[in-house]
Amino acid sequence: MKELGNMLELKNMTKILGDKLILKNVSLVLNKGETLAVIGPNGAGKSTFFKCTVGLLQPTSGDIIIEGQKIQKNSAEIKRKIGFLGHESFLYNTLTPMENLKFYGKLFKVKNIDEKATRLLKEVGLHYFKEIPIRSFSRGMMQRLAIARVLLAEPDILMLDEPHTGLDQEAVALLNRIIKQKQTNGTSILIISHDFDQVHELADRVTILNKGRITETIQLTSDIDLPKMKDWYAEAVAQK
Amino acid sequence: MSILIDAWTIAWKDLSNELKTKQTIGMMVIFSSLVILVFSFAFDPTNNMVKAVIPGLVWLITIFSGILGLNRSFLSEHENDCLTGLRSAPIDPSSIYLGKVLANFIVVTVVQVISIPVLFILFDYRFLGAILWFMLIVIVGTFGFIIVGTFLAALAANAKNSEMLLPVLLLPLLSPLMIAAVQGTRIVLENQDISDAISWLQLMAAYDLLFLAACFFLFEFIMEGS
Amino acid sequence: MSKVSGIIDKLLFFTLVPSFFLALWLVFIWSPVERVMGAPQKIFYFHVGCAWVAFLAFIIVGYYSVRNLIKPNMNHHIAAGISAEIGVIFTTVTLLSGMIWGKSSWNTWWTWEPRLATTLILWFIYVAYLFVRKMEGSWENIARLSAVFGIIGCINVPIVFMAIRWWNTKLHPVVFGEGKDQSGGGIAPEMLLTLLFSIFTITVLYAFLMRKGIEIEKMRDTVRRAKNRAISRLAS
Ligand SMILES: Nc1ncnc2c1ncn2[C@@H]1O[C@H](COP(=O)(O)OP(=O)(O)O)[C@@H](O)[C@H]1O
Ligand SMILES: [Mg+2]
Repeated sequence: MKELGNMLELKNMTKILGDKLILKNVSLVLNKGETLAVIGPNGAGKSTFFKCTVGLLQPTSGDIIIEGQKIQKNSAEIKRKIGFLGHESFLYNTLTPMENLKFYGKLFKVKNIDEKATRLLKEVGLHYFKEIPIRSFSRGMMQRLAIARVLLAEPDILMLDEPHTGLDQEAVALLNRIIKQKQTNGTSILIISHDFDQVHELADRVTILNKGRITETIQLTSDIDLPKMKDWYAEAVAQK
Repeated sequence: MSILIDAWTIAWKDLSNELKTKQTIGMMVIFSSLVILVFSFAFDPTNNMVKAVIPGLVWLITIFSGILGLNRSFLSEHENDCLTGLRSAPIDPSSIYLGKVLANFIVVTVVQVISIPVLFILFDYRFLGAILWFMLIVIVGTFGFIIVGTFLAALAANAKNSEMLLPVLLLPLLSPLMIAAVQGTRIVLENQDISDAISWLQLMAAYDLLFLAACFFLFEFIMEGS
Repeated sequence: MSKVSGIIDKLLFFTLVPSFFLALWLVFIWSPVERVMGAPQKIFYFHVGCAWVAFLAFIIVGYYSVRNLIKPNMNHHIAAGISAEIGVIFTTVTLLSGMIWGKSSWNTWWTWEPRLATTLILWFIYVAYLFVRKMEGSWENIARLSAVFGIIGCINVPIVFMAIRWWNTKLHPVVFGEGKDQSGGGIAPEMLLTLLFSIFTITVLYAFLMRKGIEIEKMRDTVRRAKNRAISRLAS
C-alpha cells in the first residue's frame, strides 16, 4: 500500500514561546500513505508541534514542505490539505451536529455537503442525534463529531492530537476502523497518543518527542510487538 | 470574493442561531428599555429638556446595549475553542472579522428598530425631523461603532475579564464618532440646517472608512496565536 | 555598547539638572508677569511642556507598536510600555495644570477646549493601553495585542482633536476661539524663550525617565528569566 515520496516534511522547526524554547530543531518526514505516531511525555511540546505545522502558531524558524512545495506563512492551501483534530472539539454548542458539519463544510468549500455530512454522521454513529444541539453531548459523542468534522474536507493529511482520549471501547474501535480505512485510501496520518495499544495497532512508524526534541524513531516491523515497543519507549525517555 | 462568501457563512451562523434562540437580541432590547426607563426617572420626560437629551439617548442605548452583544460575539467563539477551528479553516482571517461585523451590525440594527421607537414613545417625543437623514445618520454611526467595537471585542476576548475590558477600550476610541453622531442627530431632530448634519455625516463616514481599513488590516494580528 | 549608553545617561543627567534650575529661574524670575492674568499664567510654561511630552510619548508608543508588529522585539515592547507609563503621568499633569489654568483665567475647572479635551481622551486611551498590557499570556501575545491597540489609538487621537474642535466651533463660536492661551496672539519674546526652554527641559526629562524606565524594566525581565531558569532546573 506504500507509495513513494514525501507528503509532508518539516525542516528544523524551532518554536520559542515567552522565553522558553519549546521545540528545538524538529525535523521530520511523513511519507505518502504512512501513519506516523508521535509519542512523548506531557509537556514535551507535541501539541505545540502540531499547531506550528497547521499554522495556528508561527514557528520561530524552520520550513514546512508539502509535496515538495515550501509553504508560505498563513497559506490557505496547507489548511485545506491538513485535517487537524485538536484537544478541543472546535464545535459550536448551540448548533446541531448537522449544522456544525455544514458550517465547516462551507468554510472548507466541500462539495455535496449534505450528502457527505449525512454519511459521516452515520459512520460515527451520531445519525440519530443529528438534530439535537450538541450542548448535551457527552465527551465521547463530541469527539466522534469532531472526528467527523475533520474527515469532512477529505484532507490528504490527518493530524490527530490524542484522538483516543475520552472514548469508550466501542468508540475506540470505531475510530481505529475509520483511521484504517483512511490508511487504505492513501491518507497520510500523524497521530499523537499516550495509548500504546492504539499506537501499536495503527502506526507504521513511531517517533519520540521529548523536551522539544525528536530523540528516536522506530519502524514498527512485524517483529516489534507491544511490550518491546514499550520497553523501547521507556528506555528512550529515561536516557535524557 | 471568497472573503465575502466566507464572511457571510460566519455571519449567517451567528444570525441563524440568534433567530432560533433570540437570546442576545431579547436581552439587548430589554436592557435598552431599562436604560430608557432609568433615564426617564433621571430626566423628567414631561419636562422641556427632553428635547435636548433625546439625541444623546439614542446613542447611549445603542452603545450600552451594543456592548452586551459585542461581548458575546467573540466569547461565544471561545467555547470549545471554536475560534481555533475557524483559524484552522482555509479562509482569510479578515473574513472572520467581516462576518462578525456583519452579524453584529444586523443585530444592533434590529435592536435599534425596536428601542428607538420605544424611546420616542416613553419620552413622548413627536418626531418632526427628516426621517431619511435620521436613518442615514443612525446607520453610518452604528456601523462605525460596530467596526471598532467588533475589532476591540476580538482583542479583549483574549483577556480573562474581557467584559470589563471592552468598554474601557472601546469608549475612548468611539468619542469622535459619538460627538459627530449626537450632533448630527440633534441637527436632524431639531430640523436645523441639513448642511451642518452633512458635514458631521462626512466626519462619520471618514471615521468608518479609516477604521474599517485599519481594523481589516490589523485583525490578522489579533488572530495570530502565539 | 554599554559604555556609550552610560555616556548618554550621564549626558542627559547633566543636561537635565542645570536646565531644570535654569527653567525654574526663567519661569519664575526672569520672564515678565503677564498683565491680565498675573502669576497663574506661569503654569502655562509647564502645562504646554507636559502636553507636548504627553503627545510625544504617545507617538513613541505608536512608533514602537508598528515596529513590534513588523517584528516582535522584547526591547520595543518594553519601550512602548515605559513610554505609555510616562505618558500617563504627563497627561495627568497636563490635565491638572489645565484645570488650574482654566479656574484662574475662565473661572471654571473644565472647558471643552479642544486641546484639553483631547488630552483627556488621550489619558483614557493611555489607561486602556496599559490595561491591554496587563493581560495574561506570553509576552509576544501581549506585545502583539497591545501594539494593535496602540496603533488604533494613535490613529484615533487626531480624529478626536478634529471632532472636538469642530464641535466647539459649532457650539460656542464666540467664547472659546483660537488664541485663547496666548500661543496664537501676541506673546512677549521673553515669554516665548522661556516657553521654548521649558519645553526643551521637559523633553529631556522625558528622555531621561524613558532610559531609566527601560533599564529598570530590563533588569526586572532578567530577574524573571533567572527565576524561571532556576525553577526549571529545580524541577528537572
Ligand atoms: N501559550 C503558552 N505560553 C507559554 N508556554 C506554553 C504555552 N503553551 C504551551 N506552553 C508550554 O509548552 C510546552 C509544551 O506544551 P504542549 O505542546 O501542549 O505539550 P504536550 O506534548 O503535552 O502536548 C509545555 O511545557 C507548556 O508549558
Ligand atoms: Mg498535548
